[in-house]
Amino acid sequence: MGRTGGGRRRDRLRWSKLYTFSCFRTPATSGDAAGGPSAHGGSAVGGPGFTRVVHCNNSAVHRRKPLKYPTNYISTTKYNVLTFLPKAIFEQFRRVANLYFLLTAILSLTPVCPFSAVSMIAPLAFVVGLSMIKEGVEDWRRFMQDMKVNNRKVGVHKGDGEFEYRHWEDLAVGDVVKVEKDQFFPADLLLLSSSYEDGICYVETMNLDGETNLKVKRSLEVTLPLEEDESFKDFRGIIRCEDPNPNLYTFVGNLEYERQIYAIDPFQILLRDSKLRNTSFIYGVVIFTGHDSKVMQNSTESPSKRSTIEKKMDMIIYILFSVLVLISLISSIGFAVRIKFDLPKWWYLQPEKANKLDDPTRPALSGIFHLITALILYGYLIPISLYVSIELVKVLQAHFINQDIHMFDEDTGNTAQARTSNLNEELGQVHTILSDKTGTLTCNQMDFLKCSIAGVSYGVGSSEVEIAAAKHMASGNDDQDIQVQDVWENNEDEIQLVEGVTFSVGRTRKSSVKGFSFEDDRLMQGNWTNEPNSSTILLFFRILALCHTAIPEVNEATGALTYEAESPDEGAFLVAAREFGFEFFKRTQSSVFVRENFTASNGPTEREFKVLNLLEFNSKRKRMSVILKDEDGQILLLCKGADSIIFERLAKNGRVFEADTTKHLNDYGEAGLRTLALSYRVLDESEYSAWNAEFLRAKTSIGPDRELQLEHVSDLIERELILVGATAVEDKLQKGVPQCIDRLAQAGLKIWVLTGDKMETAINIGYACSLLRQGMRRICLSIPTGDQVAQDAKKALLSSLTTDQAAKESLMLQIANGSQMVKLEKDPDAAFALVIDGKALTFALEDDMKHMFLNLAIECASVICCRVSPKQKALVTRLVKEGIGKTTLAIGDGANDVGMIQEADIGVGISGVEGMQICYFFYKNIAFGLTIFYFEAFAGFSGQSVYDDWFMLLFNVVLTSLPVISLGVFEQDVSSEICLQFPALYQQGPKNLFFDWYRILGWMANGLYSSLAIFFLNICIFYDQAIRSGGQTADMAAVGTTMFTCIIWAVNMQIALTMSHFTWIQHLFVWGSVGTWYLFIIVYGSALRSRDNYQILLEVLGPAPLYWAATLLVTAACNIPYLIHISYQRSCNPLDHHVIQEIKYLKKDVEDQTMWKRERSKARQRTKIGFTARVDAKIKQIRGKLHKKAPSLTIHTVS
Amino acid sequence: MGGDESYSKFTQQELPACKPILTPKWVVSVFFLVGIIFVPVGVVSLLAARDVVEIVDRYDDACVPANMTDNKLAYIQNPNISKDCTRTLTITEDMKQPIFVYYQLDNFYQNHRRYVKSRNDGQLRDAAKANQTSACEPEKTTADGKPIVPCGLIAWSLFNDTYSFTRGNENLTVDKKDISWKSDREHKFGKNVYPSNFQNGLLKGGGTLDPAIPLSEQEDLIVWMRTAALPTFRKLYGRIYVDLKKNDTITVRLSNNYNTYNFGGKKKLVLSTATWLGGKNDFLGFAYVIVGGLCFFLAFAFTLLYFIKPRKLGDHNYLSWNRHPAGR
Repeated sequence: MGRTGGGRRRDRLRWSKLYTFSCFRTPATSGDAAGGPSAHGGSAVGGPGFTRVVHCNNSAVHRRKPLKYPTNYISTTKYNVLTFLPKAIFEQFRRVANLYFLLTAILSLTPVCPFSAVSMIAPLAFVVGLSMIKEGVEDWRRFMQDMKVNNRKVGVHKGDGEFEYRHWEDLAVGDVVKVEKDQFFPADLLLLSSSYEDGICYVETMNLDGETNLKVKRSLEVTLPLEEDESFKDFRGIIRCEDPNPNLYTFVGNLEYERQIYAIDPFQILLRDSKLRNTSFIYGVVIFTGHDSKVMQNSTESPSKRSTIEKKMDMIIYILFSVLVLISLISSIGFAVRIKFDLPKWWYLQPEKANKLDDPTRPALSGIFHLITALILYGYLIPISLYVSIELVKVLQAHFINQDIHMFDEDTGNTAQARTSNLNEELGQVHTILSDKTGTLTCNQMDFLKCSIAGVSYGVGSSEVEIAAAKHMASGNDDQDIQVQDVWENNEDEIQLVEGVTFSVGRTRKSSVKGFSFEDDRLMQGNWTNEPNSSTILLFFRILALCHTAIPEVNEATGALTYEAESPDEGAFLVAAREFGFEFFKRTQSSVFVRENFTASNGPTEREFKVLNLLEFNSKRKRMSVILKDEDGQILLLCKGADSIIFERLAKNGRVFEADTTKHLNDYGEAGLRTLALSYRVLDESEYSAWNAEFLRAKTSIGPDRELQLEHVSDLIERELILVGATAVEDKLQKGVPQCIDRLAQAGLKIWVLTGDKMETAINIGYACSLLRQGMRRICLSIPTGDQVAQDAKKALLSSLTTDQAAKESLMLQIANGSQMVKLEKDPDAAFALVIDGKALTFALEDDMKHMFLNLAIECASVICCRVSPKQKALVTRLVKEGIGKTTLAIGDGANDVGMIQEADIGVGISGVEGMQICYFFYKNIAFGLTIFYFEAFAGFSGQSVYDDWFMLLFNVVLTSLPVISLGVFEQDVSSEICLQFPALYQQGPKNLFFDWYRILGWMANGLYSSLAIFFLNICIFYDQAIRSGGQTADMAAVGTTMFTCIIWAVNMQIALTMSHFTWIQHLFVWGSVGTWYLFIIVYGSALRSRDNYQILLEVLGPAPLYWAATLLVTAACNIPYLIHISYQRSCNPLDHHVIQEIKYLKKDVEDQTMWKRERSKARQRTKIGFTARVDAKIKQIRGKLHKKAPSLTIHTVS
Repeated sequence: MGGDESYSKFTQQELPACKPILTPKWVVSVFFLVGIIFVPVGVVSLLAARDVVEIVDRYDDACVPANMTDNKLAYIQNPNISKDCTRTLTITEDMKQPIFVYYQLDNFYQNHRRYVKSRNDGQLRDAAKANQTSACEPEKTTADGKPIVPCGLIAWSLFNDTYSFTRGNENLTVDKKDISWKSDREHKFGKNVYPSNFQNGLLKGGGTLDPAIPLSEQEDLIVWMRTAALPTFRKLYGRIYVDLKKNDTITVRLSNNYNTYNFGGKKKLVLSTATWLGGKNDFLGFAYVIVGGLCFFLAFAFTLLYFIKPRKLGDHNYLSWNRHPAGR
């Protein structure tokens, strides 16, 4: 707040006078006079869908009906206190397995059930309860997040021109708020005025549409006087506008102010979740609050995502259900047969007193009842705790992800945030990454690195790509292994490659000036005056210092200048100009002031340039120009823009440096730099005034073709240019992004970028993060409108006539051509990139075309979709998901954390074990469940279980679940460093090495075998003989308990065999589970209600050597086949991680580093994108060069 | 790194871990070790089982009078026909005391759910709970509604054949004490719970109980109430504390009361000694020897495999990208 008073005067600039295109203000200010769209908007207001009335500065009106609107309180939680129970329970029982267990629990209250009711209900309650607690905790976190947002503070007018800070949630419609620089807007606002005199403000809409460039908003002229806190004392006004809707880019409404009606258009609307930038403060009136705001209207309730593994899990559960039904049928038929033919003879069962459950006269009915009994009895085939264990594992994994120090952001002190734990295991199976946030990949901080002036390239600093290439060349490994790793590991030395290629290396280049990494003594310290083309260089610097829309800001404390520029490129240029001695220090309404420090006169001179016109940048024009009059009265047009655009506008005599500059531009492009070409033109007075008249006419014209006219007029003057040179800035990527993308690419992941950014921004970022590079064949798909319009007016006319059909046909042709091109390409190193814009995408996503499009896209190394709407993003995602049939990872809002992306390649361990876990669940439940079935055959299919109810209850919930969880959470087949070094290991996940049907069936067969071994070995051992030296024989309790002991040992040994990483936790859980069983049987055995299991271990089984011998025998017998399998597999058919484990174990990686390095580089998938690929290309190019010049390559390493 | 307090080996999953790798050495030694342990255990078990002398005599058919062999049911159900029967057993090997006397039933489903459920433990334990007959269907109460103690099908179908043994003129006393588990006698069957209304109904099941003896001393009942896991089972009848010599002739006087003719079940009388491992059961020993032998074989097979098709540990040539270079 403190600085605003001072800042205010400085900001007094009427931008609308300067700006040509975007800040055009409709001259008509009152509604009745307004033409075109505003009149239309006005007429709609008040009708259906346009009922909202906002009494500005009078929010009290909105606290009661009929104008009561929702508060600004937002809630994104799934449940609230009241709905939690019913909703969460409903969610739980949507799962087939849980529904089944619910049914069995209900049936357990009837005599049909073979178990006691509590043993059926307790595990279900436990399992469901745990899941619900998890849901609850996750929802609580969301709630806390909401609270944080709701409790943000903003200045609100409380009356009498005084503002106070209030929580966001306390905002009401009609409140006047004051938002300060870099704050988020708390609700959808009508902009009233800003710190700029003409009510302009800059807005960053990253959170809304992912666009990184700033947008200009402007207030209505009539509200401009409301520029101070006091002026709101008596401010009143009524806004009538549309009802809440999700459309971000439209707004229909009007403002009644001082008895006049003014149309409001989207330019005056500030949306919640966007941020105020480069503007000290704004005043605004709240129009939509809370869930009414456009951004909240846009957020749809996210559907519960289900992972593919979970789907597969369901499938297996269905299989088990089929098995269950099958054995139940067998069992009930057996029962019916026994009941009909045998039961009458079994006098000891008193068949004559039979009830309907076992009535020998009605065997069919009894059989049906028995079917239900059997379905419950064999329910142990279905792992009840499967879901909850997997869920628990995921929660813990998420917790560990959140705690991971490698994903700790030191700048913000934040760790990774796994918002939902549902999809952890998918991380290990990603095939295609769809990133919709290019903005998060780069820092959006430009670094002025090189320039080409008058055909001479200046700047010895190297881009990251060049450094990597140089490092590699210097390391002298002549075969294909590229140690990009090293480039990032040590970058302190300096490498010179003789024969014309010189790199000075390093992060060491970090000069003290932010945004300026240029190093070349020929230009610095005024040395440029000694260069042959010093006059051109002077012009070049002037263009840098003059051709922009930035404002200088003096830091009051240090006196240093900072620049508030619309784009970071401009900022970098201005910093560069300042470093070269051309300091732009002041802007007035009509002039730009530059302090020239190292001119020929050798002293600081302040120069004033009158700005006559400013033709600013937009995406169609791809260039910006200023027309100025210098102190000598000379009129100059300075123009900077995309090289292709500038080159086609050069005068015949302006092409002197074209050839050299083009070459340099290509070099810069290859080095991953963003380039712009600079040019100028000298205008004579008459020419200018003739043009200016036309321009003014166009500027003041009203109507839809005004923009077109302006463009046309601008086009007339931006011709006959003289090329001065080109700039190259480096868009610094966020720390780690190149490595991350590189590793992802090496891990064989496909990366698609879906961005709302403009095509050129997207392409630039694509270059910066190495998704695109020079030499890649780019296939651009676009509908022939848009860009070409600017270039060719005639074509524009034609294209405006083009129907959708024609557009579609042309697109079809483009796709076909592209596919043809890819097909005909012989060079295996050739890489293709597909760039498609939003409009073309609309057609490409239509049913008849989407497969063609997808096929082309799959062939391309990288795919960039620009100007994509959120809906299209979803459609593309679905297309990829369904078309490729593999897991896709979308990076978007909420997950725009680079660390998260980086971490995705650690998924290897997770995925492997996840599949293993599930397999193990099926194994143990089959091994257990089938023994119950076998016993039935010996018990007349009567539905009697050999195990005590409580054993069965504990089996799933306690005795066998913790080891699996520890496996899921703590298993590491190889350490995370190795995962990073061998990205190809990741392919084990997408290839589903750990969870294919072969493996699942293998585990099921193992379960079947174990069940047979456990049951029949025990039956034979305990058949009829005495089990003790005291002559006692075994009863059912003794047999059941022994069998159960064997199962506990067998399944826990099994899981121990599958683990390759034992910490004390695993030991505790595995052996603890076994120990718990013995503990339980002692404790349970000391309770009288345990019936025949009373003192079973201490008195009956414990002293019997036979019991222990049987346990040992069965445990060994159950695990030998698996041991054979893994031993054989490892010795004859080892998987990659096996070999790497061994290498690590034998410390071979230390002994034989060449081998280790070689393998590491081989482990990368051949990719055509990413940093490494780029370095490859660069090396190829340098080699080609060197080859021509000299046969040998000498390397000096200067230390 | 920052955030030291949040950094721990646990949260970063960097706990010290042992990472066993299944090297050939391990594989062979594990199998060898299992073999080393299992074969001797098997041999010892086999030897123990060999030491047991067991005499089994099936008497259900033999005890039916010759004139009633085609209507055994009528024989057993007719209370007027004497069920006494005499069997002669010849001792095949020396038997050291104690000699265990078992009865063995066959095709008798003590593990049937209808049967297993039909009891009430509270009633057996506590005299005050005599009226608790839930779960005892269909043998809960007498026709006039008095609770049966002990109720339920298990007790009702109590085995009631009796045996007495003589060697020459010498009476061999069968000690029927302590044939049940001590905990059963002391805790599960009450010292002050006496049978009442037992076997009073029209439908007579098995044996009767002396109403004067508390359940805790009715050891035959206690043994019977421990339901067997399989339809063929043995239950301890008593012990004879006399050494028997080879070729001794034992005369068994038995009363063949229990009806197994109805469902074709066999009845056998078993005299057996026991060792530390229990009765005559070769299976465990054989199983151990087989598993142990298998492990020896596997140890050998894997050794062979490692010689024939050796793979150097950590041989990078086995990495997938080296094995299928085309697949890159």
